[in-house]
Amino acid sequence: MSILGNRVLRREDPKFLTSGGTYVGDLELDGALYVTFVRSPLAHGRIESVDLDQARSAAGVVGVYTHADLPYEPMGFVNPAMRRPLLADGVVRFVGEPVVAIVADSPAAGADAAELVVVDYDPLPAVVDPERALEGSTLLFEDVGTNVAFDLGSPGSPETFEGCEVVVRQRILNQRVAPCPLETRAAAAEMADGRLRFYACTQAPHDVRSSLARELGLEEAAVHVVSPDVGGGFGAKGSIYPEDVVVAALAMRLERPVRWSETRSESMLGLGHGRAQVQYVTIGGRRDGTITGYRLEVVQDSGAYGDIGAVLPVMTRQMAAGVYAIARAEFSSRSVVTNTVPTVAYRGAGRPEAAAAIERAVDCFAAEVGIDPAEVRRRNLVPADAFPYTTAIGTEYDSGDYQKAFELALEVAGYEQLRAEQARRRRPDPATGRLPALQLGIGISSYVEITAPVAGGEFGAVEVRPDGRVVVRTGSSPHGQGHVTAWSMLVADAMGVALEDIEVIHGDTDVVPRGGGTGGSRSLQLAGSAVDKAAGEVVDRARFLAAELFEAAPEDVVLDKTLGRFHVAGSPAVSRSWAELGAASLERGGSPLMAEVDFDYPGATFPFGTHVALVEVDTETGKVRLLRHVAVDDAGRILNPLLAEGQVHGGTAQGAAQALLEEFSYDAEGNPLTANFADYSFISAAELPSFETAFTETPTPRNRLGVKGIGESGSIGSTPAVHNAVCDALSHLGVRHLDMPATPLRVYEAMASAAAGTGSSTNGTGA
Amino acid sequence: MIPAAFDYERASSLEEALSLLAEHGDEAKLLAGGHSLLPLMKLRLATPSVLVDLGRLEELAYVRDEGERLAIGSLTTHHDLSRNALVRRHLPVLAHVAGQIGDPQVRHRGTIGGSLAHGDAASDLPAVVLALGGTLVAEGRRGRREIEASEFHEGFLETALSFDEVLVEIRLRKPAHTGFGFEKLTKRAQDWAIVGAVAARRDDLPGGVGVALVNMAPVPVRAVSVESALADGVPIAEAAQHADAEADPSADINASVAYRRHLSHVLVRRALEKALS
Amino acid sequence: MRVEMRINGSPVSADVEPRLLLVQFIRDVAGLKGTNIGCDTTSCGACTVLLDGRSVKSCTLLAAQADGASVTTIEGLAPDGASDPASLHPVQRAFHEHHGLQCGYCTPGMVMAVTSLIAEAEEPLDEAAVREGLEGNLCRCTGYHNIVEAALAAAREAGVAAGPVAAEGEGARP
Repeated sequence: MSILGNRVLRREDPKFLTSGGTYVGDLELDGALYVTFVRSPLAHGRIESVDLDQARSAAGVVGVYTHADLPYEPMGFVNPAMRRPLLADGVVRFVGEPVVAIVADSPAAGADAAELVVVDYDPLPAVVDPERALEGSTLLFEDVGTNVAFDLGSPGSPETFEGCEVVVRQRILNQRVAPCPLETRAAAAEMADGRLRFYACTQAPHDVRSSLARELGLEEAAVHVVSPDVGGGFGAKGSIYPEDVVVAALAMRLERPVRWSETRSESMLGLGHGRAQVQYVTIGGRRDGTITGYRLEVVQDSGAYGDIGAVLPVMTRQMAAGVYAIARAEFSSRSVVTNTVPTVAYRGAGRPEAAAAIERAVDCFAAEVGIDPAEVRRRNLVPADAFPYTTAIGTEYDSGDYQKAFELALEVAGYEQLRAEQARRRRPDPATGRLPALQLGIGISSYVEITAPVAGGEFGAVEVRPDGRVVVRTGSSPHGQGHVTAWSMLVADAMGVALEDIEVIHGDTDVVPRGGGTGGSRSLQLAGSAVDKAAGEVVDRARFLAAELFEAAPEDVVLDKTLGRFHVAGSPAVSRSWAELGAASLERGGSPLMAEVDFDYPGATFPFGTHVALVEVDTETGKVRLLRHVAVDDAGRILNPLLAEGQVHGGTAQGAAQALLEEFSYDAEGNPLTANFADYSFISAAELPSFETAFTETPTPRNRLGVKGIGESGSIGSTPAVHNAVCDALSHLGVRHLDMPATPLRVYEAMASAAAGTGSSTNGTGA
Repeated sequence: MIPAAFDYERASSLEEALSLLAEHGDEAKLLAGGHSLLPLMKLRLATPSVLVDLGRLEELAYVRDEGERLAIGSLTTHHDLSRNALVRRHLPVLAHVAGQIGDPQVRHRGTIGGSLAHGDAASDLPAVVLALGGTLVAEGRRGRREIEASEFHEGFLETALSFDEVLVEIRLRKPAHTGFGFEKLTKRAQDWAIVGAVAARRDDLPGGVGVALVNMAPVPVRAVSVESALADGVPIAEAAQHADAEADPSADINASVAYRRHLSHVLVRRALEKALS
Repeated sequence: MRVEMRINGSPVSADVEPRLLLVQFIRDVAGLKGTNIGCDTTSCGACTVLLDGRSVKSCTLLAAQADGASVTTIEGLAPDGASDPASLHPVQRAFHEHHGLQCGYCTPGMVMAVTSLIAEAEEPLDEAAVREGLEGNLCRCTGYHNIVEAALAAAREAGVAAGPVAAEGEGARP
């Protein structure tokens, strides 16, 4: 019986539960110096002068550095004219941008010295609103002449809405949020045997290696990156930051170990932000609920530099048409720089924005044609027999059965009963003649997303040691996902060895030669497939070896997986263990019993599902409570339901948090208003219900295991479900749409505007 | 994360605390639980040069039944207040509100005296003490004095305490009826109130109930107009419409002025309905 | 100044700056790195330890305030610091069995908070009480679902849980 598909408890846990993980900040580094960054208090300004004299002579200070002291190229690929310097180069472009680096013998000495650095700024006008940035009256890069960092065509095909009986248009804000892994950024670097050893708090150690080598002008072989335990990443630790490069550069320059750990208040202004799109959706179709045309126009806020944030719309575009068979769909986007923290990938990275746009649009369309939003979805889902299916946008979906997940979600939620209870609450209380204060809203989101979206294979190796232990090396690098347990299950299943005899190594570029890291929900389908393939090759090699030992034909040798022993078919009495074969391999050929493979990129996969949210809105105060959340997700075959559910739970909470609470805010001058955990509404247990999760399993043809990614489904499926639920709860009060997050203030104001007849209403037009 | 350097003095008696305060003048800050002060110091928004730690003054952590009233030592933690049998029996509103402050860890360290002396109008306990018509006892080198709760809060983070005084005791009358309502609107459970309202039954008021507001002005606000309306026999729903008459709310990221005023009406009505049911 | 306390039963003393926080004393003086720092505003609870048996956020105490006290950290919870699943403290074991941790960063603080919550429960803990009781401990990975399951399981084992016993792994499945 296969172990795959079982709720195997995590092998990683005991260490975390008894002595805690070993994060970068926990490493012992003898004689290490500490880096403290002095950051810009201004959103936009010219640096007139920097006075470092007092800081340099402060107790415990070893050195103080500015841009001029670190002559390295600016960072970034997307727009070469809008690259980012390691430390501000004459101009600061967002509050929090590092300007000065102090090296001191203790964190306290660094913090004290930071107060002695005097920077004289000449303030420049700041632009915070991406739509205003588009106008270009305030430029971040004067030489460039525009704030547009990247664009994806212009829409406007007149045929898109031809023949529509109804066309609805809506502006939707997909607000800026902070990823907030619990571990803030940290780095440490030292020179060892003439090479740079860099301890990285990252999702992708091999990327860090190549980035550091490129930035510092080193050969990759001269850089050794070690990523110990990582306290969450959510996409934001998927790429290297200027502070990382500065730490490495200072270790090289000073030839002493150098380390840095940021505070949360720094992290809120240093780690990249996510989302930040202004969307205009137009949706059209027939009064019977058939959707025939869809247009999504996006203004993406890239933050202060034109890098990762600028290209997030690439993925929004790919997934723009969602789960629906829409005859005509189109997309356009412009990404602009603003005087804010640069945006990066954040759990979903462009896909949650696509799902949020079309799922909100479908509800607006349903309201306009007067058909239940569930029924509108049902009528427009891509049918199960249509796969592989290519959308009007041009994205090919591998496999799916959208109806199955959709109907299951509605059944689990008890959709009809919920609608009945909602209707009951919309009747006046006989005692008071007034509507009850607590109103219900039901929201549906049917999503499809893309996992392993970036082309690239993955490395995996399996080696049998002479003592029978199996060592797995993987190019993926986890930060909570449970790779050790999952990869062990794959190996145990393929080889018939016990989980406790399997060791999984990751995150050390000297031990694992190459790797793509963890991001885009790629790990199981690529790195898992690599491990599965390597284990299969080891079994084949062991069979040949055993055949030699048995003096039998390899095709007659079988592996008894319950015992983990090879024998000749029909003669189980004489058998060889993995340990014996591991030893024999070394003895006979001098090489270990091992397979190193690269699993070739087979293309992306497309998980999907339907989420249903039930919210209760206190219409007197505006407070929203999420009462229930049903998530039915399909990520192909499920390797370990325990781990898969954990991914769904976490993503769902983050997605619900975006719908209800979280927003990174600035004032008009670019001063951050939510730059710590007291002001930023990171969701807690007390604001959430337990989740109701289920899986349907539609395998992908793109790998042998039939698996897709599950890391981001939760945050993609949940946000529009919860958002739609809030809008639904207020629909009978005349509220047609309100932007996220549905804070008490925003709900109150939406109700007040609707009551006054000035509400933000969907611009529906009969065509 | 790292406070600016300071000198630390641990008082082993109230007497010693007072002489340390006299010695260091307004350079010194008192540290009780530290849950108001230390967060500010870690962000370097407060940089006192001397901290006088009162934390070991067991003599100030008590709840005593004094017949007509309860006397509560200023170093009584929120957790202990919420669990104290006397408080629960005679002033359940205080036990209830203390049990809702911050989170359990904060309640284990934060003290009623620290909360009052910090003088933050967004804190819950100052409004409760105000609604109950409490009396605060301050001790300085020149002796003890009593300050009515209504006189205690003078402005944003400003109280009637002088720099060389220590708030030692809070005195609260025991009402015959202990009905109360406490309504706090927050975005998240651990947040400070966007607006809070407390209504507590009192025998000494003509309307029979004291009403106060959290975060509706730079200081905690006693909703006198509501109390008078009730005394005049105005129904609850109508009386609650006067909730913001004495308030002076400001706008911030969580609320506009109009929204705060609206919330005060709703929350006062709900608090009254609970208190008087 | 001289500060001395017992951490996990062992005396630890050092001359420290008055501004040294308890969490820094635990991590840097006692060398116990299990207790993490997640914020600077007393919000996240990653640094939660037991101070004389009660949960506190060790980032919001000076080491000097804990002078003479007894501190328990995640390293001191299981007997003899055992790390095999069978000999974990009941709260640790419940986190393991209910998959109550992913990246592990919030975990030590979360486990200590749950331990304190159960220890001082006056009435049986139900889901709402657990969720309220963990309002000061933030987690970004788990969505709290399995942390709450774990806390309720540990509470059941301690005899302070309300409600019916959910079947293993079936807590919230449809």
